Amino acid sequence: MKKIHVIASAVALTAVMSSNAFAGATLDGVKKKGFVQCGVSTGLPGFSSADEKGNWSGLDVDVCRAVAAAVFGDAGKVKYTPLTAKERFTALQSGEIDMLSRNTTWTLTRDSSLGLNFAGVNYYDGQGFMVTKKLGVKSALELDGASFCIQAGTTTELNLADYFRANDMSYTPVTFDSSDETVKAFDSGRCDALTSDQSQLYALRIKLGNPDGALVLPEVISKEPLGPVTAQGDEEWYKIVRWSLFAMLNAEELGVSSANVEQMMSSSDPNIRRLLGQEGIKGGGLGLADDWATNIIKQVGNYGEAFERNVGQGSALKIARGQNALWNKGGLQYAPPIR
Amino acid sequence: MADEQRVVPEPAKAAFWRRPAVRSLFFQMLLIAGIVFFGYTIFQNTLHNMQQRGISTGFGFLNSEAGFGILMTLIPFDETYTYGRTFLVGLLNTLLVASLGIIFATIIGFIMGVSRLSRNWIISRLATVYIEVFRNIPLLLQIMFWYFAVLRPLPGPRQSMIFNDTLFLNNRGLYMPSPIYEQGFWLVVVALLVAIAAAVLVARWAHQRQEATGQPFHTVYAAIGLVLGLPLLTFLMMGSPLSWDMPVLQRFNMGGGMVVIPELAALLVALSIYTGTFIAEAVRSGILAVSHGQTEAAHALGLRPGPTLRLVIIPQALRVIIPQLTSQYLNLTKNSSLATAIGYPDLVAVFAGTTLNQTGQAVEVIAMTMAVYLAISLSISLFMNWYNKRIQLVER
Repeated sequence: MKKIHVIASAVALTAVMSSNAFAGATLDGVKKKGFVQCGVSTGLPGFSSADEKGNWSGLDVDVCRAVAAAVFGDAGKVKYTPLTAKERFTALQSGEIDMLSRNTTWTLTRDSSLGLNFAGVNYYDGQGFMVTKKLGVKSALELDGASFCIQAGTTTELNLADYFRANDMSYTPVTFDSSDETVKAFDSGRCDALTSDQSQLYALRIKLGNPDGALVLPEVISKEPLGPVTAQGDEEWYKIVRWSLFAMLNAEELGVSSANVEQMMSSSDPNIRRLLGQEGIKGGGLGLADDWATNIIKQVGNYGEAFERNVGQGSALKIARGQNALWNKGGLQYAPPIR
Repeated sequence: MADEQRVVPEPAKAAFWRRPAVRSLFFQMLLIAGIVFFGYTIFQNTLHNMQQRGISTGFGFLNSEAGFGILMTLIPFDETYTYGRTFLVGLLNTLLVASLGIIFATIIGFIMGVSRLSRNWIISRLATVYIEVFRNIPLLLQIMFWYFAVLRPLPGPRQSMIFNDTLFLNNRGLYMPSPIYEQGFWLVVVALLVAIAAAVLVARWAHQRQEATGQPFHTVYAAIGLVLGLPLLTFLMMGSPLSWDMPVLQRFNMGGGMVVIPELAALLVALSIYTGTFIAEAVRSGILAVSHGQTEAAHALGLRPGPTLRLVIIPQALRVIIPQLTSQYLNLTKNSSLATAIGYPDLVAVFAGTTLNQTGQAVEVIAMTMAVYLAISLSISLFMNWYNKRIQLVER
């Protein structure tokens, strides 16, 4: 009898232990293997794309790098997994990647039934249309009967259907797996218009044979808050990703950049001192080193720097800050305080 | 007592656990129990893990509204239909391309297989080149070749290539007039059915007569005359109850009529040509397997080359060809899932693609998709096995 009890309690214990282990499993796993496995797009200039040497860069890539900087103090400790829109959630659910930073729209369905947690918004976007100038279309409402190139497995597919249903117009969807294919199809005239998030349209326009021949229509038909995602069930990891993004936003708000972070170390502003891990809770709450945010700012930069470098004036895309300006500059980017 | 028994051993029945039948039964049961337990554990484990990670499970999603459009549907569909309907749409598109592909591949394969054996040097070399080229290039590349290199560069809708004012070919597809059936057209259909039945009866009668008297009859001509003539006569008598919906150029696309989208065309051409090479080789091997003595014997009996091929060679060759043909049909059907590479909305692209991604229920969706391919493949194989049995030589 006694023996059975021992076995039963041992079994129960393993069960409890394993579920405890699950809570912090991602951080432990990441530390053990020595890098963050980050899911990115298959190539979207400005957000995540690789150069000829295979080095990834972009606004989404910078979130991955920020997390690596926070965890390891080295933004280079990231390995990238390029994923199509269709593959991305399965890759995250199955644990193939530690985090997904791939211009992914935060929606109720995805947040509630796919086993995902959205860690924040690194780009506020909306769906738009791109047409050739030759077509002579000035508004999306003139597109009744047109065919659209779209990427499979995106909210784009759904928004397009909603928009045409609401305006009682007809359309033909031509669906491809990757955004590259949609661009090629649009370029060759398989469809009249390309529809995607506006930021992507600007990014994809560069890939056209004749970028000046294409026009992005003024209509924005949806809300697309894009952000990094982690798998549900590991709160600790989720918070690390979330606060890595917040650290970049707070740094911009406080005027701390990769250029002046060294001087700022001697700042007497308590907000800056808390951000740079000189007082307050520091990294303890997240299970990170005290200089976690300092490392992010040093190696990746603040949000404004990342924005300008990847999609803003410092890039080929030249997207204005618009909604992505900080809250105190007329935009929507707002991070909870570090204190 | 015990000692006595040991001294006088009974000649005997082995203990029941030592009997081979019992043992083998026991181990088989053990194996089955093990497999069932393994399956059950995996199932439970998956459920548990998905629950723990907050991933929804179950088939309830099939009844919720899909909310996306599909390029080509054989049944009515728009974004207000359900995810269950997207399954049907995808399935029908897969069946369409698979069945058309099987028909075309068989035709190409038989022609090319026979041509390769032709005594005409040019024909046999052409067939050889066709087979060796298309059999040795990966199918995916061929699909992309037809789609990106051949069909993409076609002109836009405004500069369509127009044939006879009825066919419009452009990079959106081949637009054709679609028939509109008017009152009385059903009689034409009835006439066609009657003609087919009559042709079958005539063929049977002719066969019996030939068996009995040796007198041949032109069954083929009679059948063609019946099947074409009777419906045509009815059609004219009813005052041509059929009109055409012509495709017309609209603001962006062609409207009206029927369209063969380039995705379907590219996939179909690639699948037929690729699988056709294997069927051609199967046909050639089947014909070569019939010994030359058979041909000589047929010629000696006074049969001309045509009937020799039709009545002596092919029936014997089919025994060899059919099993290979079956596996090629299965390959073609499964290969049709490469559709997703060029955006043809087949089951994999629509259901295991968009639907999976929108609902996130990968396990259910993939299980359903796999079950479908399994079911299609098993049906093809059952049918072909039945046919194979039917045409096997009956030894006397």
